[in-house]
Amino acid sequence: MSEPTVRAIERDELLVAETSEGDQELQRRENTSTSELGREIGAVLRRNDLHIDPMSIDVERRDDETMIINMGPSHPSTHGVLRLMLELDGEYVLRCKPVIGYLHTGMEKTAEELSYIQGATNVTRMDYLSPVINELNYSLAVEKLLGIEVPERAVWIRMMMSELNRMSSHLVWMATNGMDLGSTSMMIYGLRERELILAFFEKTAGLRLNLNYVRPGGVAADLPDGWKDDVAVICDTIDERTYEYDQLLTGQPIFRERMVGVAPITAEEALSLSVTGPVLRSTGVPWDLRRTMPYLAYDQVEFDVIVGTYGDNFDRYAIRLNEIRESIRIVRQCAERMPGGDYRSQDPKVTPPPRARIGESMEALIHHFKLFTEGFHVPVGEVYSAVESPRGEIGCYLVSDGSAKPYRLHVRGPSFVNLQAIPLLMRGGSVSDAITTVSTVDPVLGEVDR
Amino acid sequence: MGLEDLQHNFLTGQLEDLVRWARRASVWPASFGLACCAIEMMAAGAADFDLARYGMEVFRNSPRQADLMIVAGRVSQKMAPVLRQVYDQMMEPKWVISMGVCASTGGLFNNYAIVQGVDQIVPVDVYAPGCPPSPETLMHAILTLHEQIRTGEIMQRRSEGRPTHVEDAQNLWTPEVPVAVRVGTPK
Amino acid sequence: MTSLAPSAPPGVLTSDGLAADLVCFPTRAQYFALVESFKNDGFEMCVDVCGVDYLSHFDRPLPEGVVATRFEVVTNMLSLSKRERVRIRVQAGDDEPEVESLFALYSGVEAMEREAFDLFGIIFTNHPDLTRILMPEDWEGHPLRKDYGVGNVPVQFKEAPGPR
Repeated sequence: MSEPTVRAIERDELLVAETSEGDQELQRRENTSTSELGREIGAVLRRNDLHIDPMSIDVERRDDETMIINMGPSHPSTHGVLRLMLELDGEYVLRCKPVIGYLHTGMEKTAEELSYIQGATNVTRMDYLSPVINELNYSLAVEKLLGIEVPERAVWIRMMMSELNRMSSHLVWMATNGMDLGSTSMMIYGLRERELILAFFEKTAGLRLNLNYVRPGGVAADLPDGWKDDVAVICDTIDERTYEYDQLLTGQPIFRERMVGVAPITAEEALSLSVTGPVLRSTGVPWDLRRTMPYLAYDQVEFDVIVGTYGDNFDRYAIRLNEIRESIRIVRQCAERMPGGDYRSQDPKVTPPPRARIGESMEALIHHFKLFTEGFHVPVGEVYSAVESPRGEIGCYLVSDGSAKPYRLHVRGPSFVNLQAIPLLMRGGSVSDAITTVSTVDPVLGEVDR
Repeated sequence: MGLEDLQHNFLTGQLEDLVRWARRASVWPASFGLACCAIEMMAAGAADFDLARYGMEVFRNSPRQADLMIVAGRVSQKMAPVLRQVYDQMMEPKWVISMGVCASTGGLFNNYAIVQGVDQIVPVDVYAPGCPPSPETLMHAILTLHEQIRTGEIMQRRSEGRPTHVEDAQNLWTPEVPVAVRVGTPK
Repeated sequence: MTSLAPSAPPGVLTSDGLAADLVCFPTRAQYFALVESFKNDGFEMCVDVCGVDYLSHFDRPLPEGVVATRFEVVTNMLSLSKRERVRIRVQAGDDEPEVESLFALYSGVEAMEREAFDLFGIIFTNHPDLTRILMPEDWEGHPLRKDYGVGNVPVQFKEAPGPR
């Protein structure tokens, strides 16, 4: 057996050196102290408030019995550029550490350079699967600081678009989750259904994805003619197709064996880890911001909050599937009860004049110009406002210094916080369960790394 | 019993044409979806905008088996060495489509964290603009790439002849047909 | 209307806030005890910990008696049982900002505090693993500070090609 050449070894070392992240990575067992291992319990999260069973810590395990494997950042489980370092004992995962930052875009820094009107274009690309909800979150924060009221029609349009977005996000989740488990037909079905919703988005806002639609003051444009028929087609089609997914997945024995009882989490652990969204609801805690701290007009529509029991993967799957059905209910109610009126606030501080007047009146032209070059000024203050995104509580902490650009815009991404639950969920599972678990936590790396 | 009797059983053509046809009819993409553009890439591979009609629906997970790297999404500073590693692991012949404005030029994010254009790291064949480009734009980019393959060199290694940055316009290889092709027109 | 928990440390200043039932301004010494008192009072979840650099907006409105510093750490807490939110703003320091980590109370703040350290340079004492999380390991500087430029590349526009 010939020795590998020196050049090959050098090249390997160079490759490793280029992409290694030093202290951010999972350290070998010999470099980790016993107390660390005890606190880790298979996690990068160190639980101080849990009662750890001393018998479950394998401090006796020798270093050459386990293997540290790197998954990602470019890997087929299509959840984006998440790098997971796993310590494996054969097929079983002992410790796990997610290394993130591979999609860090400096959006919070860019937001300080953009005016408040342009801010929506930036924020919308954080959680790229639910752009309308990102924009809604940001617009609600800005409107709180401004102290303006949004007309009723705008509120209901925003609610309807948010729910359509929630449906499309959960459909992408079902598609990618199905594919991670091996069902490529689920991928095709989920994305096919989503095309209906995206076609409606394109008709309304002009873009399929990252639509810059919800802005401070209202929405960018009114709903197109014939929207009620479009929405009715979307709701009816997707409603009956969810029953097809039940046939394909929910009752299927292989799917159930892979998902039921895998990666459970208790309510106490979830609350301690600040996990929100379907992961928290799967443990039995009925916390949904749309119901408990309602915003927009959610207290005027009827919908159920879906809650799981065991906190395992199957519960999270069932919650998301049923949330699609609940969103369909909400969209139907919005379509029935959509009020007339303005689609954005008529406050001249925030809204440009109608385009037709620009050709006639000098004041209108100047007003338009000032609004789009300099932007409107927001009074000094700070606010934290949160909405319920398909992944959990997305919050916006906005500090204004009185100028036309935000002083500090911090978005609390739910996936960033939910990722901390992944090592705890993975402990003791096999590698194939690891993939499923990451999938059901549904991280979107855009809002993790911002 | 001469060659005339065999006339229906043989096809003749240039070797180069056959090689070019084989290369462009089954370009297998490596999955390198990073951000929002990756979702549109998945949508292009799915039902409504099927990529399978070009033989491209198999997104190979191992770069050793892939021909085409579609860089879909914004490339951050931390991701750049990984991108180069994956590109180096691909076997010749290989092509790169830079999908979206963030991959082409840095897009909306002109700041410390994003590489301003993936052509600073890997040589790019086709740029597809859009934020995100709709699947139709991506398919146009793929067909442009097919035209480039159909009219290009087969024996020369791409990475040796082509500079990464277009410094000198004279040395640039240009295809015989204009780059804006009409979709579906055979020559 | 929320008020401070009964076990809160004495002398913590408060005020009303937008989209928060209460905003508290503890000193660095009172911070951990204040959060602990809220935790015992029914605030089960710590939703967000972030940093702010007030270099260009040093004279922000603060209640009487709060000594403003350049860096601030803002913690948002949520009570599921009472459906209330509380915001806690600590003045972290000027040159070497340092606050105590809340990891001992809430495990979920680990990643958030790492992010505040990475982007601002705020040190959290007793944090189990204070390393960079978003930037590469060998990055120098803390990007979200106000004296760190955006890093934009000046865009050069060339002559557009003429009509075909």
